[in-house]
Amino acid sequence: MENFLTQIQGVPLNHYIIFCSIIFAIGVTGVLIRRNVIIIMMSIELMLNSVNLLLAAFSAYRGDASGQVFVFFIMALAAAEVAVGLAIIVMVYRHTKSVDIESLSKLRW
Amino acid sequence: MGAIITLSILGIFLLYLGLYRAKNALLPVTIVGALVALGFILFQWNEEAVPLYHGMVLFDRYALAFSALCMLATILILLLSKEYFRTISDNIAEYYCLIVFSLMGALLVTAYHNFAMLFVGIEIMSVALYILVGIRKNDPSSNEAALKYFLMGAFSTGFLLFGITLMYGAAGTFDLGELRNYVMTTNEISPLFYGGILLLLCGLCFKIGAAPFHFWTPDVYDGAPILITAFMSTVVKVAAFVGFFRLFSMVLVPLSEFWTPVLLTVTIITLFVGNITALVQTSFKRMMAYSSISHAGYMLFAIVSIGAASAPSILMYASAYCLASIIAFATLIAVKRKTGSEHFESFNGLAKREPLLAFILTIAMLSLAGIPLTAGFIGKFLMFNNVMGNYNVMLLVIAAVNAAVAIYYYLHVVVNMYFRDSEEPLEQQIPLTNAYKVVLGIAAVLTIAFGVYPDVILKLL
Repeated sequence: MENFLTQIQGVPLNHYIIFCSIIFAIGVTGVLIRRNVIIIMMSIELMLNSVNLLLAAFSAYRGDASGQVFVFFIMALAAAEVAVGLAIIVMVYRHTKSVDIESLSKLRW
Repeated sequence: MGAIITLSILGIFLLYLGLYRAKNALLPVTIVGALVALGFILFQWNEEAVPLYHGMVLFDRYALAFSALCMLATILILLLSKEYFRTISDNIAEYYCLIVFSLMGALLVTAYHNFAMLFVGIEIMSVALYILVGIRKNDPSSNEAALKYFLMGAFSTGFLLFGITLMYGAAGTFDLGELRNYVMTTNEISPLFYGGILLLLCGLCFKIGAAPFHFWTPDVYDGAPILITAFMSTVVKVAAFVGFFRLFSMVLVPLSEFWTPVLLTVTIITLFVGNITALVQTSFKRMMAYSSISHAGYMLFAIVSIGAASAPSILMYASAYCLASIIAFATLIAVKRKTGSEHFESFNGLAKREPLLAFILTIAMLSLAGIPLTAGFIGKFLMFNNVMGNYNVMLLVIAAVNAAVAIYYYLHVVVNMYFRDSEEPLEQQIPLTNAYKVVLGIAAVLTIAFGVYPDVILKLL
């Protein structure tokens, strides 16, 4: 474990922050510009996983376990959310026969 | 804590009741369970608040008062549900179970003392709602609303989590008490912390539906079943807002110079977007959705000018808003059952057919618009007073203009009820069950009572 921590700390913390911010930004861009619902969900997962990675890095640098415990919370709840989300997508697909977000335009002001 | 445990057990118990087809027992059991949980909350009122479970939750008076408000609103909404759910589907145990779980999440959000609980609470609250919004499986607009709500909810959770992570990176803790120590004692606060505040602000603004993160609100409120819309726009909105306020009042007050301009901009945009778009709506339900956006803007006043008076004024405003919204949606359900439409025209001539119903809806609309003698007026007055105390004249002027605009669209429905004639014959009355009468009566009486004796609420906190 000690060896592992020193290995993680071999990479400067700033690199983790920049790396995770880039992944997060890719996720946000994906949600905003992609039209396929499945890909939007994947982009959201990307956002959550960049958070997980950053939490783990902070936690390892500080020697504080609570960050890693938080990662488990995020994983568990993200799984629950995806289960509900996929069910909703299947339900919508039955009606529209499409996973394109543009097919959902019934509600507009 | 007893309340949260009771509600969790109640939710699972309800599923078993559904399994054994005890349909008639569902509503009474849910109400009794919620009342027991409410009893736990009231019982804790005079105890000294200490963070429980290694600082995970803190049931102070502030959390208890808002928990009680959320539960009262839920009980009122549940009382309306009896006939409503039966018309939608046969498997109604799931509705009650999901509403109870969502309420439990709301309680966690009001009482969190650690970011882990904020996250878990928001997720429990929202995941149950994703299902509730889309529960009309064969209705395309309900499906669409569920998908939009799910995508936007998950997206905003991402922002919330990234914000929490950056704050953790700067302060090394998720605990609100320790974060407050960090903010108070550290001379040079890490830039990560500021980034965290901004991202957290985005995530929370999504959840309360403040502009420019409001665009999901009208679609979702419009597509969801009316009763669920009522639940979302009262309990869930208030809980998310309370979580927002708790973070800012407990931790971020010393940094107010940094976030006040951002929040001020959000507030002003929210007010204008909510009120001006509400003006052009033709559907009552959609108008209520935009009005809920503008109310989020008014509630943000309390955070912009944060101080000792903020918590009681939010409680007042939130109670007034919840009561009036419940009346409005209950009336809408009754009217829609008769006319099959959610448009303003379906309210035409309601005063002649159902004078009492029309009168109660008028009280609710006046309360939402902030006319004196109603609870809404006291709420708005306190919010404006907070802003006055800060000498923020520009915000005050904008708020006053918006309040004037709001009166126009709230009175639209009142005008339709009293001065337009319906095409239908007068004898056709709207059958109201006793539960409806009780809910409408309680909500209307409380709206007036809080308007005349605001101290009942204000002395609580």
